[in-house]
Amino acid sequence: MKEIFPRIPSGCSIIGVFNRKAKRFSGADIVRAIRVMHDRSNGLGGGFAGYGIYPEYKDCYAFHLLYEGEASQHETEHFLEKHFIIERSEPIPTRPHPRISDPPILWRYFLRVKPHRLESFRGGRGAESRSSPQFCAVLEKTGERCDERDFVVEQVMWINRCIGGAFVASSGKNMGVFKGVGYPEDIGEFYRIEEYEGYLWTGHGRFPTNTPGWWGGAHPFTILDWSVVHNGEISSYGINKRYLEMFGYHCTLQTDTEVIAYLFDLLHRRHGLPLEVACLALAPPFWKNLDRGSGAKEELARALRQVYGSALLNGPFSIVVGFTGGMIGLTDRIKLRPLVCGEKDEFLYLASEECAIRELCPNPDRVWAIKAGEPVIGKLEEGVQP
Amino acid sequence: MTRTLIPPEFLVKIDHVRCRRCKRCILNCGFGALSFQDRIVADSSRCVACHRCVTFCPEGAISVERNPLCFKPNAHWTPEVIKAIYKQAETGGVLLTGMGNDRPYINYFDHLLLDACQVTNPSIDPLREPMELRTYLGSKPNSVQVETRDGEHVLATRLSPQITLETPIIFAGMSFGSISLPAHKALARAAHLSGTLMNTGEGGLHRELYPYSSSIIVQVASGRFGVNQEYLDRAAAIEIKIGQGAKPGIGGHLPGEKVNQEVSQTRMIPEGTDALSPAPHHDIYSIEDLSQLIYALKEATRYTKPVGVKISAVHNAAAIASGIARAGADFIYIDGFRGGTGAAPTIIRDHVGIPIEMAIAAVDDRLRQEGIRNQVSLIAAGGFRHSGDVAKAIALGADIVAIGTAALVAMGCRVCQKCYTGNCSWGIATQRPELVQRLDPEEATERLVNLLRGWSLELKEILGALGVNAVESLRGSRERLRGIGLNQVELEILGVKPAGR
Ligand code: SF4
Ligand code: SF4
Repeated sequence: MKEIFPRIPSGCSIIGVFNRKAKRFSGADIVRAIRVMHDRSNGLGGGFAGYGIYPEYKDCYAFHLLYEGEASQHETEHFLEKHFIIERSEPIPTRPHPRISDPPILWRYFLRVKPHRLESFRGGRGAESRSSPQFCAVLEKTGERCDERDFVVEQVMWINRCIGGAFVASSGKNMGVFKGVGYPEDIGEFYRIEEYEGYLWTGHGRFPTNTPGWWGGAHPFTILDWSVVHNGEISSYGINKRYLEMFGYHCTLQTDTEVIAYLFDLLHRRHGLPLEVACLALAPPFWKNLDRGSGAKEELARALRQVYGSALLNGPFSIVVGFTGGMIGLTDRIKLRPLVCGEKDEFLYLASEECAIRELCPNPDRVWAIKAGEPVIGKLEEGVQP
Repeated sequence: MTRTLIPPEFLVKIDHVRCRRCKRCILNCGFGALSFQDRIVADSSRCVACHRCVTFCPEGAISVERNPLCFKPNAHWTPEVIKAIYKQAETGGVLLTGMGNDRPYINYFDHLLLDACQVTNPSIDPLREPMELRTYLGSKPNSVQVETRDGEHVLATRLSPQITLETPIIFAGMSFGSISLPAHKALARAAHLSGTLMNTGEGGLHRELYPYSSSIIVQVASGRFGVNQEYLDRAAAIEIKIGQGAKPGIGGHLPGEKVNQEVSQTRMIPEGTDALSPAPHHDIYSIEDLSQLIYALKEATRYTKPVGVKISAVHNAAAIASGIARAGADFIYIDGFRGGTGAAPTIIRDHVGIPIEMAIAAVDDRLRQEGIRNQVSLIAAGGFRHSGDVAKAIALGADIVAIGTAALVAMGCRVCQKCYTGNCSWGIATQRPELVQRLDPEEATERLVNLLRGWSLELKEILGALGVNAVESLRGSRERLRGIGLNQVELEILGVKPAGR
């Protein structure tokens, strides 16, 4: 009998590995795991997010920057100096790699917000004004009190939007994103990921269809310490983007995934919705299911859908979202893209394919396919500090 | 008056060989164009091409044609222009018309195309997967507060009143008086059966519609016809009518002949008197005045119902809409220049207002820029012909679409545009008892329900083709539209990219 190897590469691999006790492990693991899903990407993008990787600078915002040239670097550094105290500035370590060509200038900065800048930002002043609406002005309008993180969001938006050839790959504390054009395992080697240790790693191999393969366009997408890897396409992008604009977010990265990171920032950080509730707004249950009950749960789901209808993520997606202290796995309401979850002791795994989980953990306690629209949320155990 | 110079617009031809002289056509013509003198004789000058006789002649013996030889062809001095001059030269009055602007202005809906999915964002098959059209009419906050009690997340925010619509299509305001009671009843029942809303227009609410209260928007117009506590209580929502797309800046006029006993009771005016609703509300001369009325109505109904404002699409509609939202309205209804009406000065209907497509785009943009888009539901109306128009309006930014003319057409209207005469042969825009009884409310209800069902199914097909399963994901998603044959400025206002980009 002829051997048949059915293989349906459905595009993009995503993975997340999280230790609930905040025990740090090498980035080499995540590279090893994503390597087995090689066929799901096409060499046009790969990337990783690591959390807990900069303990010595854990109170600083770690900015990873991608520059097309020295001019953009100068302009950006001038801008950063104006708003932040730069504790440290250095190139992101890389090694030459036979399959990675034309990398941009890769630089990282450990930053503290200049207090007087924050004050004038709060007063609605001090924001640059090359286009509107300004983040702080929006905050004022919506009656939110802006804090330091809003200030950082505004600066990130500004760099991405207004400084040509500069792109912020990540801007959270004690975390960082390493991404570029290539297969994920090659990108991992290029960035010497194995030299870092983190308690949470996410990874992505890209099979781009809609948007060009460029360094900034690779996943994860971030804002502050939110990072998102995504397999799929956000068919509701048009309205999600316009919705976010109302709250001061600018989607400039030519990729639908960007909106997911901003939506988590808006719903959880700014609107204060618990993570489970934010997921309920992004991938809500169908009306016909809600109509069966009339309890507090349904009332909440109904109100969320009424108020956050424009934030609903539609179209095929499976995502892994990383944040300080945890990880979320979520798929669209009819699960058009795969996501498998595994558990072993204090480890939580999420991946497009089970093989990636078993590569790291041959005998998990439990492996299951997560349900459509129902999030898996892993958080640090009580009392554990990242 | 001397003999008219206006040639008949249509020619009625009777095939006397086929005709068996049953006289049904005479009974059916509401305009008195047919009579019997040994045989059926037609007075073509009275024919409006409502096609009632043609439809009901059992022998197929009647045909109506456009009168070909009226005037020498001239692109500037068209027959319509010349006829209008004759009419005014003969009467010295304002020319009236009904049922919407029919001039060939650019139709932006026809210059917009919807997107569809292919490989990476798979289309969804609405026959197999759930497709959600449910829409809520009412003001929404920008965010909600959630409390956690015993590990359960519960809603801590109280939302203002919301009306559940099972489809984003409602019936536009058409008053009892301008249309007949069977027509009004059919609209109310069809809305009720379809899980959507009908709008009373400015003519009050007939008692026979009371059972459908939960599916009715009552209107408070400048004439305040029929407005009392009971009227407000018998509604799901209240709409203050400022303007109407078919006649921006113009009040309403229901001629005394149409004000029979039932209309008089419903409107709370004496029988046989002209029902004049003034152009402005005489208690509203500013946005603060409007706000006062909004809150007076909310007070009167104990804050249990959404209160909205209807305006016609005019060039500064966006700024006005922003004012209306800030004045406390729960919804804004914008009516474009193709909206229908019972009676309007032709010159106003044909030359005032702007297309609804532009108005939706401008209003939605403005409300977003100001961060108050969630504060109001946006209803758009004005000549929607099919579910494609509805989908495009929603993609431009409307929450809900209201249909008037299309609903009347579903009941039999032939868009003959003679509603203002009160002679509607189809029993729709008339109060003449013998004409009114022609409209079977049961049958009309069924036809309306079918229309809503058909359009809703088509909307689901469109959502499926777009790869989304909730109407929320289409609403305001201009990324899913492309313009064709539009200039840069038009594309910019509509907020869409040209096809191919
Ligand atoms: S309805 Fe037809 S058959 Fe009857 S009288 Fe008229 S034209 Fe003749
Ligand atoms: S409602 Fe009657 S009078 Fe008015 S356009 Fe339709 S058919 Fe003609």
